[in-house]
Amino acid sequence: MPRVQIPALLRELTNGQDMVVVPGETVGQVIENLDQSFPGIKGRLCYGNKLRKNLSLVIDGKLNQRGITQTVSEKSVIRFIPAISGG
Amino acid sequence: MIARAPSRKQNHKDKKFRVIGTSPIRSGDIDKVTGQAIYGIDTHLPGMLYGAVLRSPHAHARILSINCLEAEMMPGVKAVITSADFPDLTKQIISLGEEGASLQYQTDNILARDKVLYYGHAVAAVAATSLHIATEALQKINVTYEDIPPVVDIRKAMDGGAPVIHSNLRTDELGKKSNNPTNIASHVQFKSGNPEKGFSQASVVVEREFNTATVHQGYIEPQNATALFSANGQLSIWCSTQGVFSVRDQVSEILQIPVKYIRVYPLEVGGAFGGKNRVYLEPLAALLSKKSGHKPVKIVMSHNEVLTATGPTSASYIQIKMGADNKGQITAATAWLAYAAGAFPGSSVETAAACIFAPYRIDNILIDGYDVVVNRPWTASYRAPGVSNAVFACEVVIDELCERLAIDPLDFRCINGVKEGDQRTNGLRYDRIGFQETLETAKNQPHYTAPLLGPHQGRGVASGFWSNGGGRSSASASINLDGTVNLATGSVDLTGTRMSLSMQLAETLGIQADDVRTSTADTDFIGYTDGTWGSRTSFSTGWAVYEVGRQLIYALRKRAADLWQLPLKHVKFSEGIFTIGNQKFTFKELASRLCEDYPLSVNTSVSPDGVGPAFATHIVDVEVDPETGQVKILRYTAVQDVGKAIHPAYVEGQIQGAVTQGIGWALNEEYIYDEAGRMLNTSYLDYRIPTCPDVPSITPVIVEAPNPGHPYGVRGAGEMSIVPPPAAIANAIHAAVGVRMNTLPMSPARLLEAIWNKGLHSD
Amino acid sequence: MPSKIPVNAIINNELIQFYCEPRQSLLEVLRDDLNLTGTKQGCNNGNCGACSVILDGMLVNSCLVLAVEIEGKSVTTIEGITPKEGLHILQQKFLEHNAQQCGICAPGFIMAAKALLDRNPDPTEEQVRRWLAGNLCRCTGYVKIVQAVLDAASCLRNSTQVER
Repeated sequence: MPRVQIPALLRELTNGQDMVVVPGETVGQVIENLDQSFPGIKGRLCYGNKLRKNLSLVIDGKLNQRGITQTVSEKSVIRFIPAISGG
Repeated sequence: MIARAPSRKQNHKDKKFRVIGTSPIRSGDIDKVTGQAIYGIDTHLPGMLYGAVLRSPHAHARILSINCLEAEMMPGVKAVITSADFPDLTKQIISLGEEGASLQYQTDNILARDKVLYYGHAVAAVAATSLHIATEALQKINVTYEDIPPVVDIRKAMDGGAPVIHSNLRTDELGKKSNNPTNIASHVQFKSGNPEKGFSQASVVVEREFNTATVHQGYIEPQNATALFSANGQLSIWCSTQGVFSVRDQVSEILQIPVKYIRVYPLEVGGAFGGKNRVYLEPLAALLSKKSGHKPVKIVMSHNEVLTATGPTSASYIQIKMGADNKGQITAATAWLAYAAGAFPGSSVETAAACIFAPYRIDNILIDGYDVVVNRPWTASYRAPGVSNAVFACEVVIDELCERLAIDPLDFRCINGVKEGDQRTNGLRYDRIGFQETLETAKNQPHYTAPLLGPHQGRGVASGFWSNGGGRSSASASINLDGTVNLATGSVDLTGTRMSLSMQLAETLGIQADDVRTSTADTDFIGYTDGTWGSRTSFSTGWAVYEVGRQLIYALRKRAADLWQLPLKHVKFSEGIFTIGNQKFTFKELASRLCEDYPLSVNTSVSPDGVGPAFATHIVDVEVDPETGQVKILRYTAVQDVGKAIHPAYVEGQIQGAVTQGIGWALNEEYIYDEAGRMLNTSYLDYRIPTCPDVPSITPVIVEAPNPGHPYGVRGAGEMSIVPPPAAIANAIHAAVGVRMNTLPMSPARLLEAIWNKGLHSD
Repeated sequence: MPSKIPVNAIINNELIQFYCEPRQSLLEVLRDDLNLTGTKQGCNNGNCGACSVILDGMLVNSCLVLAVEIEGKSVTTIEGITPKEGLHILQQKFLEHNAQQCGICAPGFIMAAKALLDRNPDPTEEQVRRWLAGNLCRCTGYVKIVQAVLDAASCLRNSTQVER
């Protein structure tokens, strides 16, 4: 099953766990299932039906632009990181 | 055609290029040396009016009333506006939900609504038949204020007892809001491993705190905007911006005009460095144009306004703790960063937190970053936003660790430096990168081992990281009858990317750079393109250009197959030559033959993955005058991985310019305020940027570790080298006179005090 | 409203008459009234040198000169040193050395460099840097500008045929 690296500020919702195994075929499903286990976490990661604008999705160490519709595999490691700007 | 450039890994081994890697002169540069290049500030339209902006003399105050009657009656004055002239955005803000606040801040920054939040905050604007009349009219606008104590210091602003600037602001922690009003807009955190355990395993731990002052991007051309809001509802804008689509978007949101009615024209830009992404004048010029009877209105900021009322970069307070074992391996690192956002939330503290330890492999990390509002202008990006401050702190701590462990500073960085496959603080995994190469190259520079010849001279090094950016880019290309190509993109050219893009297309097509004429299209004539920021243009727009090149080749192959009645696979293209049966044609020959009766043009939009981050390692020699505290930069070598230098001379120029900005940041530049929160040094005389005699000949050394995410190996190059200089110079000062500076700028007065304190202690 | 005053001056070797208000700077008149926008506006308060022109042989910031002050005098701007064909040697060397990035400071630097080479055809690097202290550049770090000026000086010394 995919694994989700929990952002530091959300570990208060996951009893301090920083890596959680969660079923799901898309990032969206994974987040829903995560929210089942740890209520409130979806509201922190998403705004409406999208990832918060200031978050970027990282899958297996690479930035991914598809957001919650992105399919994931059994081995995927999913992270949510602050979006980076430039000047 | 929408195409997302695939993130296939490009194999750059032994690639030889014909055009890429040369440094041709761009014919468009001729306009720059003859004065014929047209910048935003040069815009002149028939019947044009001139605008001026009234600004707050207070750092924090309630606006009780604004009376514009007398100004409106002045001969020559055609329109006066205040925030009351903006459309009511309540519905829009509500519909945007959490993101609505951002639109409110934008609008309030452009013209204050009920409070002024910094010295220089815009309050009203006037359009008149001459700039002199407009400026006089400002004196006739009567504003009454009720003063509120300002908060300008970051840590005081974070205190529970400090005056709150925005009563509805709560601290956001990834979607969780605090209960009480506060000046802390957000808190970000990165954590991995067990820092406490890591520190216990260290043989040396260094813990220090740092302060850095507000600095400005310092572009020479001030913000300016000319707008013509026609009676037919069409709004045309000429301005000095890094992103024409970004201006269109912002003006559309703020003035509630659909984007199809807004056209933004690109012009040459006289410097930007991140400070010309946000709009300040465009909505004002548009409203004044409408209100004055649909006349064109031009507003140009004075330099005083540029410093007080645009977006400098954050002042910051940073604490770093780092431990290493006696082999020089970092065992743990923590950072606590508080960045001044200015009057509204949105500093670069998150970016800084993500980049601060990025060059190093550290298992045990804790980083906390706080975005803090204060009564200062709303901060904006400045070349690798937020990172120079953070790296100053980190690299000075590393220098102290090296000193105490008696390990060569470059060797220390080699031991801990990231390589391909390592994971960043934020979980991104490094693809092919060039950090180790910059370290090895720096070690082998003659500079690194050259003897220092005089007293109070010292050498320092520092490294740094910048993520670079991707983003959306569009390009279109059409073939001219002589076989040359017209290329248009949506990327504003700040300092020469038109040439880089011409060269990338020329390389793809097997023609000369001179055979490609590249221009920046306005918002009506090209697909959506993000602004020229984040060192993204040669990468992202380069991908778009590469894709249109391939489309052109494919289209020509198809036409040739059709004309010669051959299967497509029998029409080959390689190294600029089409082979059709037993005939060979150059691109130009075939193109001009096949496009006369049936023109050929192609276009694409991309948003590519595969952004390649940059690393740099710098070496600097300084000489300190212990009597005056003045620091002379004797020699500077900047080693930077650029992936692939499309136009090496341009890349060298970027490195030299960024280093010079870093030198100013390190030694001189800062915003100086009085107790009432008013900026005191509002001109280039007192906001002292480096001048020609202040800097030596900087030696740029280009390292090329090709980025597998780009067809030609490009990594962004423009921002990276502003990051290491403050730390490198601080480390050199320590080597020269034995004091560790922890405040930027390391101006003569501060350095002198540090030298005296050291002298006192050693007594 | 202040009335306009007639001013007669030689601008780029041409006798020009214009009308201006006493409060208008030379920079403003050049750019807005005479359409000579090659002289650029930067800080507009005498610190950045983007508006450099040569007034009766002297290098000045045109933002600090009132337009009425040039009555009977001679002004040379960047338009005045650009020949009808080709380029002035300083312009040529700026291009060869890639000494311009955004380019807003380039006309000012070229005028300043011309003023230097007119009085000192063989400056040292130190002398070039000191002379150019009144011209700010934020893009280049000055390295390639200095190289271009020294190269132009060398060409001028060694050839009678370059455009000076």
